[in-house]
Amino acid sequence: MLTALRCVIRRDLLLAMRRRSDVATALLFFVIVVSLFPLGVGPEPNLLREIAPGVIWVAALLASMLSLSRLFAADFADGTLEQMILSATPLGAIVAAKVVAHWLVSGLPLVLIAPVLALQFDLAQPLLPVLTVSLLLGTPVLSLIGAIGAALTLGVRGSGVLLSLLVLPLYVPVLIMGAGAVEAAAVGLDNAGHLLLLAAFLVGAAAFAPWAISAALRISME
Amino acid sequence: MSQPSLVVGNVNWFKYASPQSFYPLAGAMIPWFAWAAAALCAAGLYVGFFVAPTDHQQGESYRIIFIHVPAAWMSMFLYLVMAFWAGVGLVFNTRLSHMMASALAPTGALFTFLALWTGSLWGKPTWGTWWVWDARLTSELILLFLYFGFMALKAAIDDPRRADRAGAVLALVGVVNIPIIYYSVEWWNTLHQGASVSLTRAPTMAATMLTGMLLMALAAWMYSIAASLHRVRSVILERERGADWLRAL
Repeated sequence: MLTALRCVIRRDLLLAMRRRSDVATALLFFVIVVSLFPLGVGPEPNLLREIAPGVIWVAALLASMLSLSRLFAADFADGTLEQMILSATPLGAIVAAKVVAHWLVSGLPLVLIAPVLALQFDLAQPLLPVLTVSLLLGTPVLSLIGAIGAALTLGVRGSGVLLSLLVLPLYVPVLIMGAGAVEAAAVGLDNAGHLLLLAAFLVGAAAFAPWAISAALRISME
Repeated sequence: MSQPSLVVGNVNWFKYASPQSFYPLAGAMIPWFAWAAAALCAAGLYVGFFVAPTDHQQGESYRIIFIHVPAAWMSMFLYLVMAFWAGVGLVFNTRLSHMMASALAPTGALFTFLALWTGSLWGKPTWGTWWVWDARLTSELILLFLYFGFMALKAAIDDPRRADRAGAVLALVGVVNIPIIYYSVEWWNTLHQGASVSLTRAPTMAATMLTGMLLMALAAWMYSIAASLHRVRSVILERERGADWLRAL
């Protein structure tokens, strides 16, 4: 089973590398959305420092949602998904591998570039690791929850907008805890609770989401 | 194909799982629940407007509680009922359960909207603002989004069978998330600021107020049952339009 998982991850990463522009678009979207906020609310440094965690987190939410529709679409179109459902390896495991690959391609770059964007907002230096850790724990949850939505809306008309309607309300806890961790650290409070809860979300989502995703995929493929 | 049966105490509980036998049953039950809703609503409003005393802090404006609280209760409860029927439909593969879930969603969304609307009407005179990012208000708003998501997903998929089952998975995912959302919103709010406004600060409630509220809550129950039975009948008519038994009606 592990070989199959490694195979799926390798294949998806290879496919992503062959179409690098897709990866770059989501990342650029993230950077642009974050950069729009100072233009919208004004360049007042105190205000920017205060809103930085929230802005970066909301932008990360939107950027990770943007790439969700690609998660299963290509495999669905060329019939690979059907073969995956028929294969001897449990669908939940294959799906988990696909989500891991998806996160490596679309989530990890956001995590890596976020500290640079935070500097634009003049976020204090000690907060940068907190922001990175919160995103590191939070973005995989976004990929896992989002994959449920992507599987449900597979091949449905207007699926892009529909996906955001389904998935964004479910993202709320991650957003609250992720941005909350940085904000708590900014005012000198203990933020271990936030980060531990984020980790709990990650563990819970990793355990249950593949189940829901494979159920949704089976429904979509009937 | 043989009929599935679940016989408990000499009653085959699957008998009414078929739209054909449920349709007339629902039709027979609707007037009862509708009249009960009307009577309870009249009694509740009478108690609320004429019997219950004026609140010494909030004056007359508190009387919106008689609509607001039952609506908020129903909005949450109906999501659970909807998810229950969606789950039953997913497990037993009964068409009627899915129809029931899709019939409940608009009523649930209606009550959620009503709770938000009356809440903001109540908030203006008492808190001095239409909206605060209080934990309960925020989670009620997210609940409204969840209802909309469920209805939008069902509407977007043309094949009713797939729409039913996809909606059911979404409803179940939502129901798992509701406590998480509720608590995270609560912590978010309490971590930020002390409870500047709280819905629980109301003075201990007079017995007549409680009576009025419970009467209205029962009226909301009856209305929900009547409305969703009526809607499920429409859904049956729409889905089974080719069936022989419907032509015979």
